[in-house]
Amino acid sequence: MEWFLVTSAAVILFLQNYPLYIRSVPTENELKFHYMVHTSLDVVDEKISAMGKALVDQRELYLGLLYPTEDYKVYGYVTNSKVKFVMVVDSSNTALRDNEIRSMFRKLHNSYTDVMCNPFYNPGDRIQSRAFDGMVTSMMIQVC
Amino acid sequence: MRTRGAERLLGRGGRRMADAALFEFLHTEMVAELWAQDPDPGPGGQKMSLSVLEGMGFRVGQALGERLPRETLAFREELDVLKFLCKDVWAAVFQKQMDSLRTNHQGTYVLQDNSFPLLIRMASGLQYLEEAPKFLAFTCGLLRGTLSTLGIKSLVTASVAALPACKFQVVIQRS
Repeated sequence: MEWFLVTSAAVILFLQNYPLYIRSVPTENELKFHYMVHTSLDVVDEKISAMGKALVDQRELYLGLLYPTEDYKVYGYVTNSKVKFVMVVDSSNTALRDNEIRSMFRKLHNSYTDVMCNPFYNPGDRIQSRAFDGMVTSMMIQVC
Repeated sequence: MRTRGAERLLGRGGRRMADAALFEFLHTEMVAELWAQDPDPGPGGQKMSLSVLEGMGFRVGQALGERLPRETLAFREELDVLKFLCKDVWAAVFQKQMDSLRTNHQGTYVLQDNSFPLLIRMASGLQYLEEAPKFLAFTCGLLRGTLSTLGIKSLVTASVAALPACKFQVVIQRS
């Protein structure tokens, strides 16, 4: 059965291939997003290992467009602490440009750093910070 | 109320001095607090307090490892991470860089600081040598925590031959 999708998006954070944070809008499609994100992890790992061997001094944190499917575009970003951020946006949302995605990842990184510095957060746990949720919500509203 | 003149006088140098002094005093109090309960806790108790200090340093290092390299490009290899520790982390916490970094290229690194800020006001020579380890435990944890966030498991120990110079030995644990 074809479902009718209004523009949607998702944000997932991974540490060593297990998720620290998953958020998608609208929430009914979470399962599909989970699947897509797990496959995109392989692409992220591929890009990271390619970076290590590259002769070009390409050591940026932003990985760019990982792969476009017909419905979605998947973007990746990896921090120095090996936390991988994956963002999935609807392909119909053509208004999003590369530098906007970059700035969103930067915001995510800054908020994640704040989560790390929170004394009530144990590194490796799932992120339950409301402040972080709020930041992601406002970002997704911008996108959708 | 800060006047324009005062701002210019304090400037950035003054601010950093205040930050450094704050950390030094806080650190001194932390060590004192752990030993205040029982000034002579015996070898078992002594180990416990040292590991508490190291644990504190570890958590601080974890957060620092996330915050500090934010704008830095991705690290290519292990040695880059150690150089980052010696230059950026040391500069951020102690306002100076490590004096020397040596390695056997097989996972052991020795970081030497000839005038470690947390020891410099204690003595210069052999006085208080037995007390020095207490003041290095937190920093060992800090190094271990930062390395842990950057993906490197390690064991960090410190040794002092004569204040205020000290060496931190980092042994990478490969599983």
